[in-house]
Amino acid sequence: MNFELNEEQLQIKMSVREFAEGEIAPHVLEWDESQHFPVELLPKLAELGLMGIIFPEEYGGAGMGYVEYVTAIEELSRVDGSVGISVAAHNSLCSNHIYMFGSEEQKQKYLLPLAQGKHLGAWGLTEAQAGSDASGTRSTAVRQDGGGWLVNGSKNFITHAIHGDTCVAVASTDRSKGNRGITAFIFEKGMKGFAPAKKENKLGLRASETASVIFEDCLVPDANRIGNEGEGFLQAMQVLDGGRISIAALAVGIAQGAYESALKYSKEREQFGKPISEFQAIQFKLADMATQIDAARLLMYRAAYLKDQGRKVTKESAMAKLYASEVSVRVSEEAIQIHGGYGYTKDYPPEKYWRDSKLCTIGEGTSEIQRLVIAKQLLKNS
Amino acid sequence: MKIIVLMKQVGNKDAILRINRDETWIEEGDLSFEVNESDGYALEEALRLREKHGGEVVVCSMGPQRVKSVIKDALARGADRAIHIAGDDLAHVGPFASATILAEAIHGEQPDLVLTGLQSDDYGFAQTGVILAELLKFPHATIVIEVDASGERLRVKRELESGWYQWYSMPTPALLTIQSGISQIRYATLKGIMAAKKKEIREVTPSAEALSGAAQHQRVTKIYFPLKTKQTQFLGNGDAKAGAAQLAEKLRTEARVI
Repeated sequence: MNFELNEEQLQIKMSVREFAEGEIAPHVLEWDESQHFPVELLPKLAELGLMGIIFPEEYGGAGMGYVEYVTAIEELSRVDGSVGISVAAHNSLCSNHIYMFGSEEQKQKYLLPLAQGKHLGAWGLTEAQAGSDASGTRSTAVRQDGGGWLVNGSKNFITHAIHGDTCVAVASTDRSKGNRGITAFIFEKGMKGFAPAKKENKLGLRASETASVIFEDCLVPDANRIGNEGEGFLQAMQVLDGGRISIAALAVGIAQGAYESALKYSKEREQFGKPISEFQAIQFKLADMATQIDAARLLMYRAAYLKDQGRKVTKESAMAKLYASEVSVRVSEEAIQIHGGYGYTKDYPPEKYWRDSKLCTIGEGTSEIQRLVIAKQLLKNS
Repeated sequence: MKIIVLMKQVGNKDAILRINRDETWIEEGDLSFEVNESDGYALEEALRLREKHGGEVVVCSMGPQRVKSVIKDALARGADRAIHIAGDDLAHVGPFASATILAEAIHGEQPDLVLTGLQSDDYGFAQTGVILAELLKFPHATIVIEVDASGERLRVKRELESGWYQWYSMPTPALLTIQSGISQIRYATLKGIMAAKKKEIREVTPSAEALSGAAQHQRVTKIYFPLKTKQTQFLGNGDAKAGAAQLAEKLRTEARVI
């Protein structure tokens, strides 16, 4: 067993850290306050190779594995979770859906510019009535005599709904078949009848763009159907298996950032004549925080490693996502506690980490859904 | 245009420093290492010159095996190949010795330009580049903030004091020491990191002659933290005006803060 990153992986970690500290850190507060989605950062992320990190070079990607991918997402999220989740949603949801299940033509037409970072990707599964119950999809796609599909409905909480150039979304093509009647399609920005709607005013990750999209008699060509009719739900579940590892990375990064700010503060802040880091009450908090982050990171890397080996990671990615996201909330809350009154203000970083962390226990499957996924796998194999 | 960039690995700026048992250096077991800041700008300048004029950028670093991380980082950012002068003790030789060893290692490369940072962040002598230029019989310029290599002669802009600058021209081959902060250093891209794996790192060791000939010029006998002392002086002897005048005088001539 080897618990260390290799030389290149370590270089990637340091390079992304340098980038995040140089290009993102100076703007974090301003972006968060103004809910500014930093589109100006996207070409720089693409230049670094992060917009197509997990895709082969022939499709415009950097040809890396999930270990490198989660390493990069963690480092981005250590500075700003909003950027972390943007890169994660672009890579492992939208682009990966096309990579895993799209035809060669679809890969050439859509994946290539996505992986090169020329296009931004969005992915639509969630609806107003279909959150944890993704099978409750109400959006419909009806096959037209003249070819193509007429899509009606809406999707909620979609990352990059407004700035996304390419959106993969699922719609019911045969309601009588339930989950087996759901099909995935590729939509392009500017298609008639396909438009973004309300942008959410969120608690955290405020620099990541989240909005709904509406399909109103949107005619999408049959060439944009991904895979066969009725495969959309199963495809989405497999896409999420990979996506959840990146949410674990988002959570680990946020926790690491919160922990580092608390560690630094505890050494600088003096009470009763000495730094508060010399009090056991604070030391125990720091020890617990560091230990939990380490455990979450190891779960994250195990899931990423198994994914790179081509193994099924349903259980492992759910475990990593569940544990890391709950650690992220706990650690960032403790970071506020260590900062005392100052932690409750926007003058110090932990309050933002705390707000950002909460998304991790909800997005791409709530903690409760992760437990169901894990339990289902445990019982299936026992 | 062939450009050699000399890069040094130094202790991390944020590290907590402890003096070693021999009182000759800081305790290195505690340290993480990074590239010397101004050397990073020297590399960036070399890469920009190569983009404009073509040619090759060769990185050269000396020290124990850990300096390979500086070399690999430079290769990932775009340098073409590297020379590693390997030796466990080479991190702590004086500037003349460093320059002698570097001169031997790059002998035969016949560069058009040698770039290095203006000084190291650890010892801070700012001498290695200058002495190396003398040994190579190259003209040199220090604290360079802009390089124009488009003409027959090299034109460089040097930073002087109090906001003054100097343009200076010289023939090539030449050696320049580069100031920090003169450009935006590029990041190592993922493709760059993977491509660096295939680039050549030639490992060399200094000859006995280079080592013995250079060793005696300078050595550190002891390092210590600055001693803090407190002294109280009463100025003016009760006369506020005279006290203020004396205070102003001391601030000007002794503390040199006004």
